[in-house]
Amino acid sequence: MIEPRTLLLGALATVCFSLTGYVLVPALGVETTPITLENGRAYPPVLSEQAAQGREVYRDLGCVYCHSQQVRPETFGADLDRGWGRRGSLPVDYVGQQPPLLGTMRTGPDLADIGTRQPSETWHLLHLYDPQLTSPGSNMPPFRFLFDEVEGHDERALTLPEGTVANGVSVVPTARASALVAYLQALQQPPDVTGSSDE
Amino acid sequence: MAELEHAQLLAKLDGSCRRPVLLFLISAVVWLLVGSTLALIASIKLHAPEFLANDAWLTFGRMRTAHLNSVAYGWAAMAAVGVLLWLVPRLTRAPLRGTRLLEGAAWAWNGLVAAGVVAILTGYSTSVEWLEFPLPIAMGLTVCFAVVAGAGLDALHRRQVDHIYVSLWYLTAVMVWFPVLYLTANIGIHGGLLSGVAQAMTNWWFAHNVLGLFVTPIALATLYYVLPKVIGRPIHSYYLSLVGFWALALFYNWAGLHHLVGGPVPMWAVTVGIVASMMMLIPVTTVAFNQHMTMRGHFHLLRSSPSLRFVVFAGMSYAVVSAQGSFEALRGMSEVVHFTQYTVGHAHLGMYGFFSMMMFGGYYFILPRLTGREWPSATLIRVHFWCSAFGIAVYFLALTAGGVQQGLLLLDPGVPFLDVVQATLPWLQARSWAGLALTVAHIAFAISVAQMVLGLAPARGTPTLLAQRVTSQGGAA
Ligand code: HEC
Repeated sequence: MIEPRTLLLGALATVCFSLTGYVLVPALGVETTPITLENGRAYPPVLSEQAAQGREVYRDLGCVYCHSQQVRPETFGADLDRGWGRRGSLPVDYVGQQPPLLGTMRTGPDLADIGTRQPSETWHLLHLYDPQLTSPGSNMPPFRFLFDEVEGHDERALTLPEGTVANGVSVVPTARASALVAYLQALQQPPDVTGSSDE
Repeated sequence: MAELEHAQLLAKLDGSCRRPVLLFLISAVVWLLVGSTLALIASIKLHAPEFLANDAWLTFGRMRTAHLNSVAYGWAAMAAVGVLLWLVPRLTRAPLRGTRLLEGAAWAWNGLVAAGVVAILTGYSTSVEWLEFPLPIAMGLTVCFAVVAGAGLDALHRRQVDHIYVSLWYLTAVMVWFPVLYLTANIGIHGGLLSGVAQAMTNWWFAHNVLGLFVTPIALATLYYVLPKVIGRPIHSYYLSLVGFWALALFYNWAGLHHLVGGPVPMWAVTVGIVASMMMLIPVTTVAFNQHMTMRGHFHLLRSSPSLRFVVFAGMSYAVVSAQGSFEALRGMSEVVHFTQYTVGHAHLGMYGFFSMMMFGGYYFILPRLTGREWPSATLIRVHFWCSAFGIAVYFLALTAGGVQQGLLLLDPGVPFLDVVQATLPWLQARSWAGLALTVAHIAFAISVAQMVLGLAPARGTPTLLAQRVTSQGGAA
């Protein structure tokens, strides 16, 4: 025989128990303030205004559903061998991030340290415009809608293979595209961060 | 005489909840169709990236997310609430009150999910998995669910029974669990209280619990109700169900952090997550054993009864998906399959093979009793069942095999990333075909449901069966 009161209190108790462990304890215990590195810099650095806007583009287009941003530690998986990072990710790397874009899928490569691996703005813009140009066979979607097609010559225009667009038309990145690339360039997890108070 | 009184009582109970329940159940089917369409588009995009690629709202990241939220908060949650509101009066013997308010909640729910899906498609998604709706929409849904929980607990309070049946344990717990989970997670995450790793931990505490403490209990309540009703024999063991219930309440709560194995989170949390995931074997085994022992000697009824067929399929999927989930949480297994399509296969076996199939079984049982009509066509039911069963089987096998392959290739740094991508493509194509089969199933189902509620199906008489019944037990479809 179970009484309704037992049920209600039991249900409430069990969920509050895990809420304490997985929500409250980390909220109070996992570090939430930047640390100071040996060279005196604060880590993690604050994103530039443009990169912060780019992060919003990353969020609203759902890049997180194909890309993780967490490098596995040396003893787990092959992330370091693949060159996806220079060390395993640490809680301090995510301080202040709302939301942290850790991700759960790797349809594409991990991007936690992409700014180090691929610093070229030109490469990123071409890749976003059409991934087949840089990475043939990729199943990453093209993000052509982040670019404008303008008549005539434009100095910001992408250098595209012959015939991609009509003659006399230039493909120019929008502010959203440039911001997104600034964000990707800012994604770096430097090796001299050795740990956080939590480890 | 007693039989007549009983029938009158059931009619009164069903009558009290009829309008809101129908509203929730019909809306859920509409969302199922919307969600299937979005799913197909997203699935095709993964192997044909040029498909519908010219507009931001059609991009993969938004389509996939609109799919998840329309099936989770439109189909799954609305079907679950519909079934809950029908089961509660039956199990408490107390007519439902506040039906006007409940109808309002159902309409509001539809409006909120629609607004949420549009928000995702237009770039207002939060990109927090399972919590993509912006905060105001989530708050609206919380209020709607509070109305539902209020009506359910009110009926519980006025109960006319001494004994509280197993199904009602699960339903009562859900009415506490879901509001606590949804409110805490939304306010903590979107209300600016949590950031960084703490937010990620809350995210997975919620996302795993929404399956374990909302969707699963309602499906199990359906199983424990429909199974004995259809075969006309009580559940095998009361004590086993008791163990199953409390073990679920205790362990499921802590299982979520296995989603962050290998991630930048405190070691203790992941370890607790893995241990709790393994402990989940206890409640799952008890349910599976109880189901099997109850069914023993009655398996031939699977040939004739549509409800039973769906419910038993769902029960078996539950055992498989849960056992799989427990082992998937282990570090060695996670190292290979985490981040791959394997996880997607697992999630669909849970949300579809288990939960959705259980809800379908519930619909086949409930709708004749609420509409006073029989299912219009045994063929449509057969198409529904076989396309669903075949579709989810292909879906699961393709992504499980493809995911293991993908995971092993990723662990070998000598394999270029683009080769890993190429290796997954055939599996992703198979998944699109499976998705097509599931969509066909849903269309057949929607046609049946539409005929029932529009009064185009035959009035109640003999239940629509899939085959001649060998022994006549009950009369329940
Ligand atoms: C459907 C899944 C998918 C989506 C969505 C997606 N990507 Fe990709 N991404 C890939 C795949 C696959 C690759 C690897 C092949 C390639 O370079 O295109 C990749 C590669 C990349 C790379 C290069 C990584 C490296 O190691 O060289 C970057 C940068 C990138 N994606 C950024 C993005 C951004 C920004 C978005 C959102 C606007 C995004 N991706 C959305 C699948 C996806």
